Formats: sequence, C-alpha cells, structure tokens
Amino acid sequence: MMLQNLSYMVPLIDIRHLTVGYDENIILTDVSMTIHARDFIGVIGPNGGGKTTLLKTILGLLKPLKGEVIFHECMTEGNHHQIGYLPQINNIDRKFPISVSEVVNSGLMSRKSIIKRYTKKEMEFAGELMNQMGIYEIRNKAIGELSGGQIQRALLCRALVNQPKLLVLDEPNTYVDNRFEKELYEKLRKLNEEIAILLVSHDLGTISTYVKSIACVNHSLHYHPGNKITPEQMEAYECPIQIITHGKIPHTVLHQHEA
Amino acid sequence: MMENLISLLEMNFFRNALLASLLASIACGIIGTYIVSRRIVFISGGITHASFGGIGMGYYMGFDPILGAVMFGIFSALGIEFFTKKADLREDSAIAMLWAFGMALGIIFIFLTPGYAPNLMSYLFGNILTVSLTDLLFLTLLTVGIVAFFILFYRMILFISFDEEYALTNNTPVRLFNMILICLVALTIVLNIRVVGIILVMSLLTIPQAISNLFTRYFHKMIYFSIFFGFVGSMSGLIFSYVYDIPSGAAIIFALVLMYGIAKIYFLTRKALAR
Repeated sequence: MMLQNLSYMVPLIDIRHLTVGYDENIILTDVSMTIHARDFIGVIGPNGGGKTTLLKTILGLLKPLKGEVIFHECMTEGNHHQIGYLPQINNIDRKFPISVSEVVNSGLMSRKSIIKRYTKKEMEFAGELMNQMGIYEIRNKAIGELSGGQIQRALLCRALVNQPKLLVLDEPNTYVDNRFEKELYEKLRKLNEEIAILLVSHDLGTISTYVKSIACVNHSLHYHPGNKITPEQMEAYECPIQIITHGKIPHTVLHQHEA
Repeated sequence: MMENLISLLEMNFFRNALLASLLASIACGIIGTYIVSRRIVFISGGITHASFGGIGMGYYMGFDPILGAVMFGIFSALGIEFFTKKADLREDSAIAMLWAFGMALGIIFIFLTPGYAPNLMSYLFGNILTVSLTDLLFLTLLTVGIVAFFILFYRMILFISFDEEYALTNNTPVRLFNMILICLVALTIVLNIRVVGIILVMSLLTIPQAISNLFTRYFHKMIYFSIFFGFVGSMSGLIFSYVYDIPSGAAIIFALVLMYGIAKIYFLTRKALAR
C-alpha cells in the first residue's frame, strides 16, 4: 500500500525557472512545475497566455531562453523521451494523402532506427489500440474522408502507440462532437491509472471533473493542487479565463452549479 | 502514320527522348507527389526560376549552363530551407523576391555575354529531342538516387511531410531529411529543364499529381499513378510535337492538361449520374 502511494510521487519531469519567448516577445516568465507519475494536470489560461508554448517547451520543440526542463531517468529509457503528444487538430493538413493506420504507425518512428520494419508485436498493439478507439474498421481510409472526431482518435492512437509515460494533449476538445468528448475524457481517466496526463483546455467546466490538479498559465504559472478552483483564487492568480454568461451576471463555470 | 511512328523509333534522338521522358516521369512522379502533398509548390517555383540565374552565369563565364543552374538551384533551395525557419521574413514574399532575382540575374548575365546566346530558348521552353547522352546519364543517376532514397526512407519521408512537428518530438532527424529532400527537389527541377524548360517544368511536377489525386488519396498510389500519367502525357506530347511540328515541351504540357480535363469530366459526369 505504501509503495503504491509512493508510485504517485515519482517525478517524471522537472520544469525549473523557465523563461520562453520568440525574439523579444517573452511569453512565459520564470515558470516552475514538477510532473509526477500519476498526475492528471489541467492546463488552463487565456489565449496567448502561453499554454501551447509551455507544452512545446516540454516537448523540446522550443528552446527556453532561461531555465531548463529536466527529464528523470524513467523518461529517457531508450533514445527518445517517453511523451505521447496530441497536437491541436488544426495543425494537421486534412488533405494530406495518408491512411489512418499510417498515421497511427508514425508514432512508432522513434522506437527504431529509421529504416527498420515494425515488429509483429508493435503492429498488434497498434491494431489493438485502433480497435479500442473504434477506428480499426476505417484503418485503411485516407484521413481526408474522416470526421474531426475520427481524426482525433487516430491522432490519440498515434500518441499512445509508443506506450509513453506522459501523454500531452493540446485542446483535444476543439472541433469534436460532444459524444466523442465524453468518450475521450473517460478514456483519459482510464489511461491515467497508468500514465501521467497533461491536458490543455479552454473548457474549464468539463475538465475540472476529470483532472486532479490545475495549472493556470498566464505568462507565469500558478499550480493548484486540486481540481476545484474558486473565482477568488482565479483572480488572485490573475487568470482571466473565458467568462460565460448564464444569467445576468457574467461568471466562470468551474464546477457543478445551478444556473 | 503507323509506319511514320515506327521509323521514328528507329531514330537515335527519338529513342533518347523516349528514355528521357521515362526517367523524367519517374523522378517527377515521386518528387512532385512530395511537393504537392507538402504544399511547397510555390517554393519549388522559386527554385526553378532562381536557377535561371545560374544558366545566365554559365553563358557569361563559359561553362555548361546546366551546371550553373544546379548550383543556383541547390543554393536557393538551401537558402529557402534555412531562411523560412530562422529569419523573420514573410515566407511567400521572400520566395517571390528570389524568384524574380534569379530571373533578373540570368538576364543581366546573358545581356553581358558578347555575341548571342545559343540555345537560350531550349532552356526556357525545353527541347526533349535534343537531350544529350550526358543529360541522360545525369537524369539516370538522379532517378536511381531518388527511387533508392524513397524506398529506403519511405515511412520517414511520409511522416515528416505529414506532421513535421510530431516527427521533431520523436527525436527524428527532421532537418537532415528536409535538407536532402529540398536538394532532390532542386536537382529534379534543374535536370528536367532540358526536357520541358524553366517556364514549364513545374507543370511536370504538379499536373500528373493533380490527375492522380482524382483517383487516389494515398501517398504511394499517388506516386505510381503520377509516374504513369506523366509518362503517358510526355509520350503523347512527343508524338503531337512530331506530327504537328510544334515545340515538345509545350506539346507535353498540352497533353497533360488535356488528360486532366478528360479525367475531371469523367469524374464529374459519374458523380452527376450517381445522383
């Protein structure tokens, strides 16, 4: 029992005093955070506040101006870091001539030298993943023929096919139907039993029922170790997220409430 | 007519032209599919026209203009690859600038060259009927190189083209591949200048792909179909050009566009009838 509890606290990634920007335009200032083995962190914040920039720095796509991202030993097994990444769907060229299974298999790229064939085991795991995600039947279709939700599923399979220890998702709930959104969150809850998840979302209402902790990114980062966050705290964090109006007064929907 | 064609086949220059169009179709079928899928047609147009500067330089300094074109082509390809990543230039205007600058340099060099520039027209509009054995040798080397590269690294090329950012997160050598590929694009363009000329070479890299895209949505099939349509197009163009005594480059493009039109109409009517 003790051991199991400890496994939650295994640190995967340390983010230390990160300052990130493009040229003179500083986007993140002095950001620090630690991601642990079983974390489910919801990253929220206003558009342009640096959510995607934070993800890209963790993924190694952007070099920080100051500070560092430290990967602990278990994240550097093999010659790649063990992160699965689901990009924003509008980063994807939907007219690109590629099939669903090719997209999924592209997640295996890092595991091997560039020209080696996939092993039977890898292919089976990819097939199993597509089956779980309900896209096995359409695996030979071109992505141009799919709906937004189906593409998201394929991209999620791609992110998971390498069996990562951390899954990073950038606004997975844009352009998908409600049914898939719910399915996705249930899927993530299940995945979280084994791997850490970092989820960027603008939809605070939904994520707060699934995430374990919240990171509010607005040039700086405020880490909140619970999934309930009050408007007062939010204000203290200087986190002007989207305000939704139900009644007369604009307000933020944080968790279940009566309209 | 048939006898005419057979006697044509017996002629050396025509056999060379046939071989050149086969090689060009394979190289352009593969590289064109890459260009179109990755949406770098405009970049490739920039490289094409920049290479005219090298042709002019060749005339002025007295070396093979194609050699100059290779140098300018590779140089501008790597320049675009570098600057579109690093510098804060608006990509499309930068390419337009390169496009025009290459042409301007070429014109200046040719103007400065004493006497008149022989065969200038063949670089602008191409003449497949005058391809030399040296041209054929280089075209063969390039085609073999491209085929080998794409067979060996097919998946890698496909994945990087589809989602470069994702490939970067997987620690794969994206920059190296981009560099090799853009150089292959430049070489394909320059060596095919002899076939259809600077003005028309982009169509050899895009029209077969446009026709293929009507039939398939898969990368590898697009390559096969493009090679096929490219070859049928250049063959028909060659025969047109011989029968009606018109420039071969223009005839090939005409045949390709005609094929696209027929395929498009076929699909449109089939769609209309299916309703």
